[in-house]
Amino acid sequence: MPTKDSATKDSARLAVRKTYKLFIGGAFPRSESGRSYVVTDAKGQFVANASQASRKDARDAVLAARGAVAKWSGATAYNRGQILYRVAEMLEGRREQFVAELRAFGVSATAATLEVDAAIDRWVWYAGWSDKVAQVVGGANPVAGPFFNISAPEPTGVVALVAPREPALLGLVSVVAPAIVTGNTVVVIASEPRPTPAITLAEVLATSDLPGGVVNILTGSPAEIAPWLASHSDVNGLDLAGIEDAQLATDLEIAAADTLKRLVRPAAVDWTADPGLSRMTPFLETKTVWHPKSFEGAKGTAY
Amino acid sequence: MAVFEYAPAPESRAIVNLKPSYGLFIDGEFVEGTETFKSISPASEEVLAEVANATEADVDRAVAAARRAYEKVWGPMSGAERAKYLFRIARLIQERSRELAVLESLDNGKPIRESRDVDLPLVAAHFFYYAGWADKLDHAGYGPNPKPHGVAGQIIPWNFPLLMLAWKIAPALAAGNTVVLKPAETTPLTALLFAEICQQADLPPGVVNIVTGAGATGAALVNHPDVDKVAFTGSTEVGRIIAKAVAGTKKKVTLELGGKAANIVFEDAAIDQAVEGIVNGIFFNQGHVCCAGSRLLVQESVADEVLESLKRRMATLRLGDPLDKNTDIGAINSAEQLARIKELTAAGSQEGAEVWSPPCELPARGFWFAPTIFTGVSQAHRIAREEIFGPVLSVLTFRTPAEAIEKANNTPYGLSAGIWTEKGSRILAVADQLRAGVVWANTFNKFDPTSPFGGYKESGYGREGGRHGLEAYLAH
Repeated sequence: MPTKDSATKDSARLAVRKTYKLFIGGAFPRSESGRSYVVTDAKGQFVANASQASRKDARDAVLAARGAVAKWSGATAYNRGQILYRVAEMLEGRREQFVAELRAFGVSATAATLEVDAAIDRWVWYAGWSDKVAQVVGGANPVAGPFFNISAPEPTGVVALVAPREPALLGLVSVVAPAIVTGNTVVVIASEPRPTPAITLAEVLATSDLPGGVVNILTGSPAEIAPWLASHSDVNGLDLAGIEDAQLATDLEIAAADTLKRLVRPAAVDWTADPGLSRMTPFLETKTVWHPKSFEGAKGTAY
Repeated sequence: MAVFEYAPAPESRAIVNLKPSYGLFIDGEFVEGTETFKSISPASEEVLAEVANATEADVDRAVAAARRAYEKVWGPMSGAERAKYLFRIARLIQERSRELAVLESLDNGKPIRESRDVDLPLVAAHFFYYAGWADKLDHAGYGPNPKPHGVAGQIIPWNFPLLMLAWKIAPALAAGNTVVLKPAETTPLTALLFAEICQQADLPPGVVNIVTGAGATGAALVNHPDVDKVAFTGSTEVGRIIAKAVAGTKKKVTLELGGKAANIVFEDAAIDQAVEGIVNGIFFNQGHVCCAGSRLLVQESVADEVLESLKRRMATLRLGDPLDKNTDIGAINSAEQLARIKELTAAGSQEGAEVWSPPCELPARGFWFAPTIFTGVSQAHRIAREEIFGPVLSVLTFRTPAEAIEKANNTPYGLSAGIWTEKGSRILAVADQLRAGVVWANTFNKFDPTSPFGGYKESGYGREGGRHGLEAYLAH
């Protein structure tokens, strides 16, 4: 932890430690349950007490996410792209802090730096997708008749995500950014054993002009929280990236089926590889609009 | 009713620090040229700066620098890294947008309201948009792993100097090409400021080279044997010369040329909205717009009403100091262009059309032309056929939609068109019949980096903007 390091390096001064809380609706509340759990480093030493989110926290987070949908999905793609790029800028400025947080978990200096750099670049990659994804997955359809017919993607709404346990930062960014760039809002459960970078990322998001409620971050036990999200009627999509227990994944899928949530199943993913469209399209709806091209009579004779 | 006068609201030019003279931007540095020319403000005829006139030897050095940069640095670089350079450039443009807007208005003569609110936001947005494509070329629909051409020679016009630079440089660089760009002779200054931005972005030397000069410089660039791709925006006449010059070579070409757009107003249109669109269509940027709605086709049944409303609206247009924030119509870009507008409008009167301008006092110095409309125009008149490229509207009438389409398409050009009607099906049916690359319905002169732009027929070939804009810079 950076706080420990600075305390030992500069023994004259006692470091001020950070309280790691949740991130809901743009604010940083503790869990309403009052619970926390101990986060330890690679050697089992104390790192921090993370908030242990409850069902109520999950429901509050969904409420916040739902409230943010209209503004965020209504923003121009250009504007969303600018904000995602701003996240990359803010993250770049706090690169050392994230490297230190990852190193606390035993990630080597090289690997931690690579992971943080990849996470920054991933925000840049998705920022660019904001005003391009519609051009790649949408378009005019040449229907056999005098009709203008066009298909365009729209966000599905509120998406619940379970971030991979590792890599804690790159995995989290790799599930959050593709969901929000298209206009969805999210509730994400951070890596349970390594939640600290997620809350530090929340500080980045909070200072990037991202409207409150677009990204809501919970720390705690996915096994406890995810079922409430999977069965929540106001959640439209579910990404189970971080669920490693096959039975739990199946149970969550079954719960999600009640409300026909758009689903991404857990799978072995190389989080450093080019993700393509694979994590954007699952949370997009395609809307097709028909409009006549002549209002009376045969084509070519009436306008 | 009392008429309130506007107080002057001039934008300060103190933000622009012009050097007395500028060299050529080659291989990441400003180098002195052997010859020079002056760039003036068309609103005052004041000399703004002295600029190098690139010779054939200078162009050769610029192309060599671009080739080296392509082979050693930019070509081999990953798309993700190229993207980050372009994002940097976009941010620097945003940060310096006020300065760039003021300089653009000084050098070009366009109202600060337009350079500030239209040109500069679009310039930055264009770099943002294409920055995002640099690492996604596989998804652009041109096959897996598309490749750049190499060195692009780019020649841009004076009507939107920095915006045309963005339209050319952003997609070229995103696709992995390096460029040698020649700005217009009368508006070289914002391109030179852009060169400074490339330096601030630490863009590798040679990726962007700027050679200032006139037609001879452009010809040297087009004819250079080591240029792989030529992109030109300008007149149809020069476009033809370029198309002939590259005949028999392997050079790729895109041309964005002149226009004589029809702006069609149907009797069921919202008249006030249409009049705003007509005014925007022809008087935006003094009518120095290749896609300007320079032919108004109005349905006979509403012609009187539209013209009356149009004249009333034209009387409120404010012509004058481009740096005044209240100005609607700025200066004509050059003495040469002013002479061309005067020649064509004189022909309009001689051929029998009726000319009208609102009362409009023109400043004593500089190049100015009052907003003007011609009525009683026939399709055979020069003012209905030739591109005036000034604040001059030719008004024709029609009775049926079929006649409107016939007249709209009766031109060798095919860049843009406008349709005004409250009926969606009519918009789409008419749009289908128009031979034009951009059709605006119930709006006009809308531009966006995601939206392709370019012409049919003698308005050129190729598209700029959008996913389609990448195609010109990719071998596939």
